[in-house]
Amino acid sequence: MTGLATQGAVVQFEHVSKSYDPAATRAKNVPGAVNDLSLTVPAGKICILVGPSGCGKTTSLKMVNRLIEPTSGRITIDGVDITTRELTALRRGIGYVIQQVGLFPHQTIGENVATVPRLLGWPKARLRERSEELMGLVGLDPAKYRDRYPSQLSGGERQRVGVARALAADPPIMLMDEPFGAVDPIVRDRLQNEFLRLQESIAKTILFVTHDIDEAIKMGDLVAVFQTGGILAQFGTPLDILAAPASEFVARFVGQDRGLKRLSLLRVADVELAQAVTARPGDSAADARRRALDDPLRYLLLIDASNRPLGWVSHGDIPAEGVLTERMANPVSPVVNKRTTLKDALSMMLDADVQTGIVVDRTGAVQGLLTIDAVARKMRDGEHAPAFDRLAVEGATGEPGEDEAGSLGSDDPGAGGGPDPLDPVSPLEAGTGQS
Amino acid sequence: MIEGQPLIDFGWIAGHLESIGQRIIQHLQLTIVPLVLGIVISMILAIWAVRQRRAYGPITAITGLLYTIPSLAAFAVLRPITGLSLLTALIPLTTYTLLILFRNFVAGFVAVPADVLEAAEGMGYTRRERLLRVELPLAVPLMIAGVRLASVTTIGLATVAAVLGDTFGGLGQLITEGIQNFFPTKYLLGAALSVVLAFAADYLFVRFERLVTPWAHARAGGR
Repeated sequence: MTGLATQGAVVQFEHVSKSYDPAATRAKNVPGAVNDLSLTVPAGKICILVGPSGCGKTTSLKMVNRLIEPTSGRITIDGVDITTRELTALRRGIGYVIQQVGLFPHQTIGENVATVPRLLGWPKARLRERSEELMGLVGLDPAKYRDRYPSQLSGGERQRVGVARALAADPPIMLMDEPFGAVDPIVRDRLQNEFLRLQESIAKTILFVTHDIDEAIKMGDLVAVFQTGGILAQFGTPLDILAAPASEFVARFVGQDRGLKRLSLLRVADVELAQAVTARPGDSAADARRRALDDPLRYLLLIDASNRPLGWVSHGDIPAEGVLTERMANPVSPVVNKRTTLKDALSMMLDADVQTGIVVDRTGAVQGLLTIDAVARKMRDGEHAPAFDRLAVEGATGEPGEDEAGSLGSDDPGAGGGPDPLDPVSPLEAGTGQS
Repeated sequence: MIEGQPLIDFGWIAGHLESIGQRIIQHLQLTIVPLVLGIVISMILAIWAVRQRRAYGPITAITGLLYTIPSLAAFAVLRPITGLSLLTALIPLTTYTLLILFRNFVAGFVAVPADVLEAAEGMGYTRRERLLRVELPLAVPLMIAGVRLASVTTIGLATVAAVLGDTFGGLGQLITEGIQNFFPTKYLLGAALSVVLAFAADYLFVRFERLVTPWAHARAGGR
């Protein structure tokens, strides 16, 4: 992609506070105050600021492009205090997306997208080229949309234009204030997915405000949970926050179903797989039966010549002599892959009323088994992650913490014997125990 | 009205086209000059009032007060100073446009959506750029609505200027003469032309508004 060269910058809040005098607060709907916020957003990461209304999340966001000035403390971008930069230059270097989009009704989509490059004085031909490139990037056909006005677009299309406009001058940082809050849930989901895909290639540093914890968990590399009074209640990866809420408030805010939410973030690849006892049709039944009896599962997985699963054969159903046939296979277990979320995998297993799912690779060949027990163990492991303390220290010392988001699910899955499909385990127990 | 005389004497009209045309031009002068002056003054006042909200109340009160002064009284007051001149007619006609124009201009600025202003500020517009490239263009539809109203009002009011003299009296002169001479053709024609001018001005501004604000009339689904 041409022109998208600038990568993200580090955004750091250092003991930032914002208070409003009581008279002004009573007068009109003043945004929430912020109380001694220290927080570091590493370059190229999406940091979600989430919390109830009046918690100061939007105030914090708007202090980065100085729409609101802090009462005390300072904010730096790549180590440079933002107050040392010329105000308009600072703002032109930061993408800004708001919920109501704020497109200019009197300008065409092409002109809207080119807003900041125009302010920066780019030549006309380049404005047009850049504007069309950006439209393509957010999935709007330039030939169709370039000359339309905002009033001729749907809410979802307008929001795409808003994102394109914010990216136009290739800023290292984007501020997004509930950017997908005004569109219906189906469009929102699509925009979220597209934006995550886009971010993989543009790698901007993004501060993203929402009041929706589900959106925070889905979109964030890091999540900062704010509570009323502008207090940072917890800062960490979505998994850390779900696994180990730092306080009663965070636990309530993320919800009773935080176990399920974690399941939707974890994938089959995060869990240690069990190995199946496999055999092919035509193999010796006696040998297969012996091997099945040796395995704690006491089941045999019949596979075809390309290692694709055909189904289970219980040790009791394996004849004492002769050969295995395809007819013996009972194809009850759901087939999942390493990218399947644990939530989906678990749901498929519950639907099929089995304890085990078969994990296959892209060609459909068996890679191993996913057991409900292994899922439960994975959930228990996460609970002990001391998420909050570690990140809070990093935030305060200014250590960017190179890979918070990358460490998801790399914990030691724990030793122990093979899964026992007969042992009744509630995989949700671990997740709901504390709330 | 003189017995036996037709209500409208088309022969007279045909014979006096040139002087009638003269009256129309005078009338346009009495309308356009106050309108242009009014627009300039109101624009300055409106931008001031938008930046200094405190100014809005006093400006509205003063322009409102000016609006209530009867035109004949205004002419009487100005006559010792400016004499029986065109200026004596233009001053009150200008002040009468201020209330309508000022209020509509302010309404135009106020109607600019808050999210648009916030986006403009957040993207790094300077105050001046924002005013010229965002607020002003977006205020245009309501501003033109005010100009339409002011132009129609001024065209009607301008007929009163006839009391100040023959040389610039406009269509009002036709009406006064017609009444004085019991000649209905003249005052009916004067009134009719005044109405036609008002409609024409209104129509022109509607067309103009559509021309300069295509975005306000764009329909969903493309062009």
